[in-house]
Amino acid sequence: MLKETNLYSAAEKPDIKRLQLIARRIRLNIIQMVGVGQRGHLGGSCSIADVVTALYFSKMRHDPANPSWADRDRFLLSKGHAALVQYSALAECGYFPREEMLKVKRCGSMLQGHPDLKSTPGIEANTGSLGQGLSIACGIAAGLRIDGRNSRVYCVIGDGELDEGQIWEAAMAASAFKLDNLVAILDCNGLQAMGRVIERFNTNPLPEKWRAFGWHVLEIDGHNMNSIIGALDEVDGIIGKPKMIIARTIKGAGISFAENRVEFHNGQLDRAQFEAACASLAADPYVSERNDR
Amino acid sequence: MGIQNPREVYGRTLVEMGRENPNIVVLEADLGKSTMSCYFEQAFPERFFEMGIAEANMTSFAAGLSLTGKIPFTNSFAVFAAGRAFDQIRQGICIPGLNVRIVGSSCGLSDFGDGSTHQSVEDIAIMRAIPNMTVLVPADGNETRVMTRAMADYSGPVYMRITRNDLPDVMPENAPFAIGKPHLIRQGGDVVAFANGQMVSAALAAAEILKADGIDLRVVNVSSMKPVDKAAIASLADGMKGIITAEEHSLIGGLASLIQEVFQGRCVPMKAIGIEDRFGQSAHS
Repeated sequence: MLKETNLYSAAEKPDIKRLQLIARRIRLNIIQMVGVGQRGHLGGSCSIADVVTALYFSKMRHDPANPSWADRDRFLLSKGHAALVQYSALAECGYFPREEMLKVKRCGSMLQGHPDLKSTPGIEANTGSLGQGLSIACGIAAGLRIDGRNSRVYCVIGDGELDEGQIWEAAMAASAFKLDNLVAILDCNGLQAMGRVIERFNTNPLPEKWRAFGWHVLEIDGHNMNSIIGALDEVDGIIGKPKMIIARTIKGAGISFAENRVEFHNGQLDRAQFEAACASLAADPYVSERNDR
Repeated sequence: MGIQNPREVYGRTLVEMGRENPNIVVLEADLGKSTMSCYFEQAFPERFFEMGIAEANMTSFAAGLSLTGKIPFTNSFAVFAAGRAFDQIRQGICIPGLNVRIVGSSCGLSDFGDGSTHQSVEDIAIMRAIPNMTVLVPADGNETRVMTRAMADYSGPVYMRITRNDLPDVMPENAPFAIGKPHLIRQGGDVVAFANGQMVSAALAAAEILKADGIDLRVVNVSSMKPVDKAAIASLADGMKGIITAEEHSLIGGLASLIQEVFQGRCVPMKAIGIEDRFGQSAHS
């Protein structure tokens, strides 16, 4: 059931080109928030930028003018250190003025280093102590079900975050309670803070694990907008189990010099890098080419 | 004077509240026959969540339920409720100030058979240190009932620890209960004892012994550890020759610490009775 005032889910057929352009803008905002000479979680924000774009600008039912609309779909960023991507999307949707973006992490800012529901319109939960967001998402999904609401709960988790035991507690709970209004998206960018996931603390094999925990599992290219939209639509039809979309992504995607580079997990940009990234995102069709293939 | 089991009272009160308020939901970590959440499970299975032996997930899951307008009560032993789920309480519940009620059962040394692993000597210290958290310690069955009801209506996160043992009634039945207020339960002109939990009845028993020695002990039940009306605490010590604190908790971070915080800067003779800086042990006999 769509709400008339919702700007972002009105399109009956998603306009992929439009979404790709928005994703590029989302990345540009991320770069601007990271700025020059300051640390920021650029890599993990960019890896999930296309999924976040698809959710906020096509899939989810939400209303920026009424963030607490009871029938909205919910989005939780369990890997809360990637808050920049969510702030970017929320600002583009109009949850708060764009000027707020550039005040991110400043003292007194509405945009904290990690998502804070009391500070920022559109944030659903306090996440970022890793491993907790999926459990909170489960609780929201269970509460919505008690109330008989059709809202869906989307929760992005990171592949490094899978180290946390609580993720697997939540994985068991979601399937024990048959939370089919819950969709988790795994940002599988292959890098955690100290290096490659398979070298630091190998949590593979992932599809097998999630299936064994009772989830419906899909694997997609997390930068292909058609695949993302297709997967999000496909899982709507799955009844009786929680859904896991494993999005194979590239850390730092869309910022050529940062791609697959662990130092940009929480890295700094120098002036030249900053300008190069801004220029390429403003002009270069790089991201949409990737999405077209 | 009656004797009641606070866990039993708590379990029955949850059912009463569940009947009145459809938003009350209850979560349990496989200890329902000890915490007495089993009564709620029988009465309202659709609003009861068996979360398994997974306290971290239970606690964050409760945060999620509260975000949909539910009033969740999580149940486990105090040592796990406050200890194992500390980070979940801090990050997901207390920072945003969510309406989650965390009930730590079999608190203090009351799980006497199971030993140090199951005896919570520091749960109040942990919970009291978290900003936005409210910390409650009922002294008997009567107070457990009114406190449990007050928790449901309160805004923000609440931790309540309740003992495993039967306790003699020290508070009147259905007395009005306001979070934050200390309760004067025995007048006395010489020395004041600030106590909570099962040490309130112990303090009353001590008062009878001291009476024979000509010492008139005032007894105050500090069942609200946080927030607490510090002015009321201070005035209850007016004219007293000394202060005693009595708690079933470590002397670090609990009631002794709280009273010292209230009286800091003043010269008052003080004696703290509680658990020295150590763990418990099994004590079946």
